[in-house]
Amino acid sequence: MAKMTMVQALNLALRQEMQKDDSVIVLGEDVGRDGGVFRVTDGLIDEFGEDRSLDTPLAESGIVGMSIGMAIYGLKPVCEIQFSGFTYLAFHQIECHASRMRWRTRGRLTVPMVLRAPYGGGVRALEHHSESREAFWAHIPGLKMVIPSSPRNARALLVSAIRDPDPVIFYEPKAVYRAFREEVPEEEETLPLCVPQKVREGKDLTIISYGAMMRPTLEAALELKEKDGIEAEVIDLLTISPLDETLLVESVKKTGRAVIVHEAPRSFGPAAEIVSRLMEKAFFYLEAPIARVTGFDVVIPLFSKEKEYLPGPERILRAARRVLSV
Amino acid sequence: MPRNTVDLPYHVEHLSILDEKGQLDKELEPQIPDDLLLRLYRAMLLGRRFDERVLSLQRQGRIGTFAPTTGQEASQLGAVAALEPSDFVVPSFRETVAQIYRGAPMESVILGFGGYNEAALLVEKGKDLPNSVPVGSQVLHAVGIAWGIKYRKEKAVAMAFFGDGGTSEGDFHEGMNFAAVYQVPAVFVCQNNQWAISVPRSKQTRSKTLAQKALAYGMPGIQVDGNDILAVYAAAAEAVERARSGEGPTMIECETYRMMMHTTADDPKRYRKEEEVEGWRKRDPIERFQNYLKDKGLLPDEKIQDLESEVKEEIQSAVDHAEELMKKYNDPLEMFEHVYEEMPPYLGEQREQLNQELAERGQEETHG
Repeated sequence: MAKMTMVQALNLALRQEMQKDDSVIVLGEDVGRDGGVFRVTDGLIDEFGEDRSLDTPLAESGIVGMSIGMAIYGLKPVCEIQFSGFTYLAFHQIECHASRMRWRTRGRLTVPMVLRAPYGGGVRALEHHSESREAFWAHIPGLKMVIPSSPRNARALLVSAIRDPDPVIFYEPKAVYRAFREEVPEEEETLPLCVPQKVREGKDLTIISYGAMMRPTLEAALELKEKDGIEAEVIDLLTISPLDETLLVESVKKTGRAVIVHEAPRSFGPAAEIVSRLMEKAFFYLEAPIARVTGFDVVIPLFSKEKEYLPGPERILRAARRVLSV
Repeated sequence: MPRNTVDLPYHVEHLSILDEKGQLDKELEPQIPDDLLLRLYRAMLLGRRFDERVLSLQRQGRIGTFAPTTGQEASQLGAVAALEPSDFVVPSFRETVAQIYRGAPMESVILGFGGYNEAALLVEKGKDLPNSVPVGSQVLHAVGIAWGIKYRKEKAVAMAFFGDGGTSEGDFHEGMNFAAVYQVPAVFVCQNNQWAISVPRSKQTRSKTLAQKALAYGMPGIQVDGNDILAVYAAAAEAVERARSGEGPTMIECETYRMMMHTTADDPKRYRKEEEVEGWRKRDPIERFQNYLKDKGLLPDEKIQDLESEVKEEIQSAVDHAEELMKKYNDPLEMFEHVYEEMPPYLGEQREQLNQELAERGQEETHG
């Protein structure tokens, strides 16, 4: 096993899937010679050639629309949109076609494509480079919305996403891209989509999060243990939608208390849906109101103030202690 | 330094072979086998009579809103006649005549207009894409398919349809650009029917032709008389051959006319003059082709009468069959199918919720 950053782990996933299956095609702006602006597709052009690591003209709708056609034809396109803030230029292609082609043709034609895009704040970027708008995609039937949180699960989830028969929006937390390394096995590893993972066992409180927010969430859980003697159970969603709430419900039935953390804006965000499902299925087990720790309902500020926007361990701790005090 | 004119690799031609007065340009006449000529005539006639029939079904409230095709038979059929069954057609939402020619059962079309998702179940495992309603968006799918064809070194072609309004959409331009950059085997067929609902061609773009837009992308573009099936066929055959032999994409602008409303929910009297429509009636594509076939001795009067009754019967039997199928496809729970390959648990729960509602409603009806 080698210690890898998330960028390297994603590159490994792409490289191995491309070796196994010549229908896997990577395409997007600067993904060829440049290896992607974050270098996720680095070196693929050398190993697989220009046809399989395909530089496209600068047009997001073109990239996604063409990927849809490729997928219908029988290929497995993995397109990169340079920043998730530019996916909106392809919104209609995803909503009107990628998500519906199976539905429209009653299963005759399908769109097994992956759209990769870095999302989220924390890297001192320009406007449109820091949003966390996964709720847009989670709201659309027919799409899968996947967000890894570490190098190892990023690799395993990307492999599963490429092999999945449905279109997958794969958001990569750019704040985690090079933030830390993790052992990633060279041999094949997959993770099932639509299955959350328990990453910390606990009995007093359930904290649910995903993506870049997993690190502050785990930090907060550790501090709760050290300072308060509280055992928090931590769940990483991994797939935002379709959401399987089974593990979440089980955990909250045990702990009676829950905090949900995401950097996306609060109103109509993923936490709102999770709270509803917990109310529907675990209401009589709740000891306290569920708390949401989220981004504020504003456009994420330019980077001089993004630290104050993004949830950190302190904000999570404060919410957890409030929930525990009831 | 003087100002020099930049020499572009292409210029725009206009092609007309059989004009509205029935004058034939013998030199340009494409060599089409007699049986194909007759097949095309029959398909035009069927398309026209089908359009009339579904319009009357719509007016009787037996089906919902749809986009009529009358007037555009030649510009659709001339294009797809140049294709093989193994090629791909990527339609917008007004290519019904082409779709039926390519093998879509009329029952399926009627069910679709009738609001049944199950319409798609009647389409065999073909390669053609389904209707695409968001204007212009399908152009890119043809490019992706054509890219795949080139990558797999197949001999097929992807043909995309869109209208004059579609050429204003970004996806049209992105699609044309991508296709030319990658030199994929695609043919872009513009059905310039002069009206995008109420907005005339002249307000859609300042360009003298729509075909010239191809030139900006380094692709040949040709304008044809879209009501002249010989011209449409000749241009399409040339474009398909170019694509198949690896020489890249082509755009064809078919100048035709939307004789009817945009959809059955539209009233064209609000925005266009009857004289204009009458003018185009004189350029009817079927009449013109009929005269050509008569002159060639392929279509005696009794043959026309036979074909009329044949297509009438065929349409009637499709209508009957479609109405039977509407009774059969009556399960609301079908809406939960084909969202994902595997149904997520919450969707199963929602399906069960509707199932319960339906059962309770059924009981009320029995006991109430």
